[in-house]
Order: sequence, then C-alpha cells, then structure tokens
Amino acid sequence: MAAPVLNKKPGAATATQSLTLGKALNQGLRAAMEADPKVIVMGEDVGKLGGVFRITDGLQKDFGEHRVLDTPLSESGIIGAAVGLAVRGFRPVCEIQFDGFIFPGFDQIVSQVAKLHARTLGRVKVPLVIRVPFGGGIGAVEHHSESPESYFAHTAGLKVVSCSNAVDAYWMIQQAIQCDDPVLFFEPKRYYHSGFMKAEVDTTVAPDPLFASRVVRAGSTATVVAYGPSVKVALDAATAAEEEGRSLEVIDLRSLSPLDLGPVFESVRRTGRLVVVSEAPSEASLTSEIAARVQQECFYSLEAPVLRVTGFDTPYPPAKLEEEFLPDLDRVLDAVDRSLAW
Amino acid sequence: MSSPEQWTHPEPREGPAATAAAPTAEQVIAGLRATSEGGPELVQLLTPEGERIENPEFDRYVADVTAEDLRALYRDMVLVRRADREANALQRQGQLGIWVPLLGQEAAQIGAGRALRDTDMVFPSYREHGVAWCRGISPKEILGIFRGTDHGSWDSNAKRFHPYTIVIGNQVLNAAGYAMGQRFEGKVGDGDSEATMCFFGDGATSQGDVHEGFVWAAVYDAPLVFFCQNNQWAISEPTERQSRLPLYHRARGYGFPGIRVDGNDVLATLAVSRWALDECRHGNGPVLIEAFTYRMDAHTTTDDPTRYRHSDELEAWKLKDPIERVRVHLVRHEHADQDFFDSVQADADELAADLREFCFSMPHPPVNQMFDHVYAEASPFVDAQRDEFLAYQANFAGGEH
Repeated sequence: MAAPVLNKKPGAATATQSLTLGKALNQGLRAAMEADPKVIVMGEDVGKLGGVFRITDGLQKDFGEHRVLDTPLSESGIIGAAVGLAVRGFRPVCEIQFDGFIFPGFDQIVSQVAKLHARTLGRVKVPLVIRVPFGGGIGAVEHHSESPESYFAHTAGLKVVSCSNAVDAYWMIQQAIQCDDPVLFFEPKRYYHSGFMKAEVDTTVAPDPLFASRVVRAGSTATVVAYGPSVKVALDAATAAEEEGRSLEVIDLRSLSPLDLGPVFESVRRTGRLVVVSEAPSEASLTSEIAARVQQECFYSLEAPVLRVTGFDTPYPPAKLEEEFLPDLDRVLDAVDRSLAW
Repeated sequence: MSSPEQWTHPEPREGPAATAAAPTAEQVIAGLRATSEGGPELVQLLTPEGERIENPEFDRYVADVTAEDLRALYRDMVLVRRADREANALQRQGQLGIWVPLLGQEAAQIGAGRALRDTDMVFPSYREHGVAWCRGISPKEILGIFRGTDHGSWDSNAKRFHPYTIVIGNQVLNAAGYAMGQRFEGKVGDGDSEATMCFFGDGATSQGDVHEGFVWAAVYDAPLVFFCQNNQWAISEPTERQSRLPLYHRARGYGFPGIRVDGNDVLATLAVSRWALDECRHGNGPVLIEAFTYRMDAHTTTDDPTRYRHSDELEAWKLKDPIERVRVHLVRHEHADQDFFDSVQADADELAADLREFCFSMPHPPVNQMFDHVYAEASPFVDAQRDEFLAYQANFAGGEH
C-alpha cells in the first residue's frame, strides 16, 4: 500500500495550534483517518465516549461506526481481530485502555502480530498500531500504571515507540499508522491533559523520522537518556542542575525498538557519563539494553559506569507509594552526582 | 443435562496422574462415549455402508453433485490420505522433524474445502492438509514446515489460505477480523459476496481466543463459518475434558446457529458447509459447524495414542472410514469401475513418490531468510546482526562451512 502524504492543512499558510498531548493525538488520528480510508480505530469505549482518556473524542461522530469501532471488552479480541483486518488490507489502530490490560492480548501480539511477516517471508504485512496509555503518577488502582514496553521491545517483529510531547504525539501517531510494520505506541498518560505539556503544533512542518532519538537539551557535563513520561523528569533535572553549574544533555529516545542509540553514543563520547531514566523496573529491561550497548560502544569514553534511575523491581505499588516508586528529579540528580563522583 | 445434585457434590475422580501406561476404566468409557453416532442431530447423507440417506433440509445443497463429482471427491480424499501417509513415513524415516497426521479427517476437510469459492478466505490450524489441497496448495508447499526449511511456502494472499497457525485458537480471532473486513467492504449479500472459513479442533474450544472469536463474529455479523473438527482427542485429552455438552450447542449461547455433521461423510460436510457459507454470504452472520470425526492416528508423530485410548475405539471408527463409504457407494451404484479405482491409486502413488523425491531435494534455507523478513521496513539492528553474522561465516574457508 502506498503511504499517503502526511496530512497538511490545505491552503493554510500557517497551521499552528496550541495542543495538549492528548489533543495532539486526537488531531493526529483524525489527520490519519482523513488521509487514508483504510485506517480504522478500534477499542473499548473509543466511540461514543471518546475513550477513557477522550483521545478518540469525536472521531466516531465524524467517521462512522465502521471506522471507529466500540469493541467487545476483549483485549485478545481487539488485537486478534485487528490482525485479520490488517491481512484484509485495513490499517487498524487499536486502543488498549491501560498498560496493565495489554496482557490478555499479549499472546496475539507476540505470536501473530510480531511473526506473520517473517513467517510468510514478507508476503503478509501487519500494519497495525497498538496504542497503550502507560506509566504512573495518576493515583490509580493496580494494573493502571505499568510500563510493560520492554516485553515488546524484546520481541522481534514489533516496533515500539513512545512520545513525550504534543508535537511528537501529533506526528508520531500518523507515522506509526503509515508504517508497514506493527507498532506499539506508548503514550505517557499522566501528561495527556496537563497544561504545562501544551505545545504549539505546526501541522505544516515536516516531522522528524519516527524511529530516531533526539537531543532535546544540549549539555556537556553528563548525558541523561529518557523516554515517555521520564523525559519531563530528565528535563526538569537538567534545569535544576544548571543552577548548580552542571550542564546535562537530555536525549529523548522516542523509538524503543529499533533503538536509535547513535546520538547517545555521540553524546556519551563527549560527556563520558550516562544516566538512563525509565519508570519500568530495571531487571532485563530497555535500560539494561541501553547500558549494555553503551558500554560496548563507548567503553574508552566512559568516566563512570552507566547508572540507571528506574522503577523498582516490585509490582507497581499502591498509589500512596508511587511518589517513592517513580523516578523523580532528586533521584536523577543523585545519580548525576554519583556519576560525577566516580 | 446434569441434575442439581451433580452440581453440588461432584464425585472426586482419579486424575491423569493416576494413569501410568494402561488407560483407566474412566478413560476407556470416555473414549467409547466418543464413538457414539454423534447424537440424533447429526447430519448424515451417506451411511458408513455407503447408503444415501434422504435429508429434506440439506439434499438441495448437493442436488447438483453428479457421479463425476462424487468420483472427484473420492479422488481428493484418496490423494490427500496418500500424501499424508507418505509424509508420516518420511517422518518415521527421519526426513521430517514432525508430522501432523490427517488420517481419518479427509471427508471433513474435503467436504468443507470443496464448498468454498475461490474468493473465500480460509484460516487453518495446522492439520488442514486436505483443505489446503482444495485451495490448490500442493503437499510439497506444506512439507517445509515439518522439514524445518520454512513456515509454509504458499502465497496466502494468492491462495486465500492463511498460514498454518500453531498456537491453539489464535487464528479464530484473526479470521473474525478478516471476515469483519469482508463485511465492512460490502462483500456480503450480492452476487460477488465472500465468506471466511476458520478451522480449529475440539481442544481449541477451551481457549479464550475461540470464545472471543465467537463473540466478535456474532456482534459484527461477520461472514464466518467456524469449522470445528471434533476428532475426539486433544492430544491425550478426550472431548469430555473440553466440554460438558456437545460443542455445536455452544453456538446458541453466542446467538448463531450451530450444527453437528458427520465429519466422515464427505457429502454431508459438503452440504452443511455450502449451507453455512450461504448463510454468511446472505449477511446472516456466523455459523458453527461441528464435524464429528475421529483422528485415526496420533496427534503428531511425537505422541503415542496407545497410552491414552483404547484400541476398541479405533476399531469402531475404522468401520466408519470416510473413504471406504464413498467407494462402496460408487461401486454399488455403478458410478465407478475398477479402472477408475486403479487410476486413482496410480495417481496417489505418483503423488507420494513425487512428494518423497521433493522432500529429499529441498535445499537448506539461505541464512539471509532468518534476517530478511523480520520487518517490512528496514531495521538497522537486525540488518547489522545479519551483516555481522554473514561476515563471520565468510571467515571460514571460502565460506563453505
């Protein structure tokens, strides 16, 4: 299927809108659906309600019930049926309501979504997107605050990305939908509607490539790598560190599989120090992978071991403890201190 | 149905752990229960003795079947069985890593497969060699799965026969999604309407995906025929370990028709499949067919049925052989002579010899195959691993090792 040109507002000299991350996703989905009639949105409550986070608000009203499907409460069903629809030539965008609910669909994702293309030696494509609101910080009950992205980055055949700001949210969701590979799309749910994550989104400016990391703050003292909700934590830490005369370079990974570590290697070769931040538990995770590959590529440049600031290797705790569980500004700064003290 | 007393105080039963080698009495009984005629609701058009039974509801779906068609169905079944036996032998001789025998289920698969139109889609499990045959897929194209050279070499888009699915029940949801797509595209109701047929076994009905597939197909009125081959055994687990009621009864709970057909009767499976596909094409939503049949060999070449089922059961089912009843019918009604049977046998032997020769000639798959199709779009990490490994291999004398 030929990829449609990313939607640009026709005739608009400038098309800048001030959008929250959630609204940017909504606009991005809308643009993708307008550009390609084969794009369909499916999930629990995504129609009339607009999704539990209202990310699909208004889409069913404008595109109809056959393009925005309020599905049975059935995660394996959402993913499994999306596979069939993709084989038929559709480009389904599945919404999983919360991170911890993806596991009933795990079998379909790792057994079918990930492997059909390889199994058929490339004859069958599975161009579907699975949107997962992920991470903590919203005071929810269990199964609503997890960071399961490493499971999927571990599985060949899947691509995994995470946006951290409104501009990326608008573009990355469209790019993920255009991708001929299945994409797990992790959205930092605690920033969906927060005012301070609002950004000016220019819908006429060509976006960065989807599977590329990006330096979001230049610095020279140490490198901090993060993705999703942790990018804001890293940026806040960099601002605080500046007051102490330390210049932190912050890199937003954006793509978790494939990992684009080139900018990370380049940065670490200059700074000699790396702190990796993620809400996910640390054992056998993306942060482990980054640490391993950085020591492999930048061994002679490192002035200190790669340090990680992560969620703990425990089940996600009750909401009253999540402040202690989640990486915050102080833990990141502490890690920077330890790196510099080496 | 069970009485209320049975619900409240089930008797403790001997578990599978209690069975070392010989089947317990309970297992023998379970097996013999499975050898029943399938109940009064069983649709049958041809008895095991080859007699044609009139059926006012389903006769019309095979009214056009001529003697020539019957001979063709017979030929299909004989050839498919012969290929199956050859592959089984190839496994025993160490040429295949494993084989999944079809023996005994030829009528269920040929009847269903010959009811399909070219434009219909099929989602198989992993035993559907007979349905594959009907889709124009050579047994050779299946062999690579079991010899370990590929995961199935047919073009599933062109043949409209999805790749084999090994994980039990996954394909049922995939089929539901595909059939939803057919409906969304308006391929229901008109002359060029399409349907999808999905194959799974009695064991799969215990999987969540099959339940979800039933729900999805029902609520979206998907043109999907669920074709359950109840071959009585899920490896060593009898059907009674999957269900307390006949499997086709389950359809009622999802709001669509369920029907039990004699899966060893090719004419009946053809008729019932045509009816079910018609229902789908006319937009009436899904249908569940339970083809009541029997797996006459092992689940795969790795298991030993003598450990879990009684030989009497097999002997009873041999009397209902799906091929023999058509042969008797053809002979009795003088629809075929010895020359015909001889020619079919000759074709079968040629097919088997060809399959065997092909098996020996299958090349070792190129290393690139492992890396080249992981993603549709480029993946730098996988590409780097391939390049590194190819360079490593090239280190060995002339790259010949």
